[in-house]
Amino acid sequence: MLSKSQARTFFLGGTVLSFAVFIGLSWNTLSKEVPKNTHEENLSPQVISGKHLWEKNNCMGCHTILGEGAYYAPELTKVYERRGEGYIKAALMSKTPWSPRGRKMVAYGFTEQEANDLTAFLKWIGETDLNGFPAKPKYQTTINQSK
Amino acid sequence: MRYKSQKVAYWFFALSMLLLSLQIIYGFIMGFAHMGYDVLHTYIPFNTARAVHTNLLVVWLLSGFMGAAYYIIPEEAEHELVNIKLAYIQLISLALVGVVAIVGYHFNYWEGRKFLEIPRPLDWLVVVNVLTFLGLLLTTLFKGKKKTTTSMVLTMGLVFAALLYLPGMIWFDNQTMDSFFRWWVVHLWVEGVWELIMGGILAYLLIKITGVDREVIEKWLYVIVGLTFISGILGTGHHYYYIGTPKYWLIIGGIFSALEPLAFLGMALFALAMYRKGEKNHPNKLALSWTLGTAIVSFVGAGLLGLAHTVPQVNLYTHGTLVTAMHGHLAFWGAYGMIVLAIISYTMPNMTGRNLFNSVNGSMAFWLSNIGMLGMTVAFGVAGVAQVYMERIMGVDFGEVQKEIQVHFGILLICATMFTVGISLFIYEFIRYGRPNDEAIIIQ
Repeated sequence: MLSKSQARTFFLGGTVLSFAVFIGLSWNTLSKEVPKNTHEENLSPQVISGKHLWEKNNCMGCHTILGEGAYYAPELTKVYERRGEGYIKAALMSKTPWSPRGRKMVAYGFTEQEANDLTAFLKWIGETDLNGFPAKPKYQTTINQSK
Repeated sequence: MRYKSQKVAYWFFALSMLLLSLQIIYGFIMGFAHMGYDVLHTYIPFNTARAVHTNLLVVWLLSGFMGAAYYIIPEEAEHELVNIKLAYIQLISLALVGVVAIVGYHFNYWEGRKFLEIPRPLDWLVVVNVLTFLGLLLTTLFKGKKKTTTSMVLTMGLVFAALLYLPGMIWFDNQTMDSFFRWWVVHLWVEGVWELIMGGILAYLLIKITGVDREVIEKWLYVIVGLTFISGILGTGHHYYYIGTPKYWLIIGGIFSALEPLAFLGMALFALAMYRKGEKNHPNKLALSWTLGTAIVSFVGAGLLGLAHTVPQVNLYTHGTLVTAMHGHLAFWGAYGMIVLAIISYTMPNMTGRNLFNSVNGSMAFWLSNIGMLGMTVAFGVAGVAQVYMERIMGVDFGEVQKEIQVHFGILLICATMFTVGISLFIYEFIRYGRPNDEAIIIQ
């Protein structure tokens, strides 16, 4: 039967081994793969400034991006492709709560400059290689049809 | 209770209960908003409520863990806490940081990164706070007579939790990198080192309640925390499927996530086996219910419901939907909420000298909160699955889908009310116990 010291060896050995593999894979991911998948060369000062705005206003508190965030408002990774620049800027610059289907967005009333920065950020993130996420719906029905 | 300094735990538990109550209130605000009644939008928009709700969760659980550590470590090490005053200062500063952060969230003072919304300057205060806490704990352990496996595992969990907070404080221009390291904090906390904390507290409770030999319990504790790390560390991969990271994470994450329920299954079997093996004459049946409850519900909520959507092919559709909220609620409740309530239920009679553990209120609190939370999980699940089919498979617009699933939030709110009644009864009993006192100290 397993002794306590064998159990401890299992714990320590397993932990060290898993962690070593994890660090190795992380290193490869961050140094080689992520810059390629995210087109890091396109990370312009404008995109970065858009990311600052994204975080400063906790957009993730309602929306998801890369599928992460809250589930109260639409996924925005591909919003640039889906809605286009004009729509996005209108929502961002609106002085009254944007509410296309009743659910309200905070009326940020961003300046033109800020709206451009955020749009640049959303455009950049939309070009990331996400291993097929978000999956294309099997049956296109009402998507992209404004009411 | 054997040591005077163990009384500090009471105040951490009290803070924990206060924050839990607030967390529930913000949960209701969000539930109503999802149902279409976003009446507080001007004052508390959804993103504020959301940040407050999740951050209060983290802080009340941490406060509970800290209380548990302050109670368990002196007893296990057989030494008074080295500095009680400092422990109280640490408590007050923890409460202050929490309050400032939460008030700040109402005025756009935050960092919009899920779970890590606390702004950078306050992060540093958290670091100082946690260092004080760990300093007190480690010195006590070092000066103490014994270094038991239980206390070492618990302390190790707390030390690692502190270290893993740091990668979350680095700024990255690249959203993918940002997200990558955010999961080092969030995932490696809840599916890694927090399980060590949970395992340590669980082992302590089982030793005390079942009377089974420490050597046996601690041996299995090693096996469980071993399984936790072997599955959980590489299981981080399930957060790296679709965020701009390479494809090999689909395989690594998929395989190791599938192993993650084993650690929780181990925890459940371990608790049940020790209960069956042990003497069944410990009078505090309520603490026993919470202890066995946490082991079982964590397996269902964190283990099984997690597995339900970490399969990459499933996650492609469920990623970023209410299915995550379904898993999140039962997982946090089962694994971490219930272990905190278990240690509170066990320690209150010992700290106050009053034995209220046979009260009807206490059992009602257990059953109502658990049934309420299960109901909420089902409601989230139904809403989430409906959302996935309509939005992700049929291609119906997000807003349209949200209208279709509003009704499930009605059920969610009813179940949440039941949960709230349960928690209110728990807190009522907590208050009824009164303050800890020195007369409750048992000299051995």
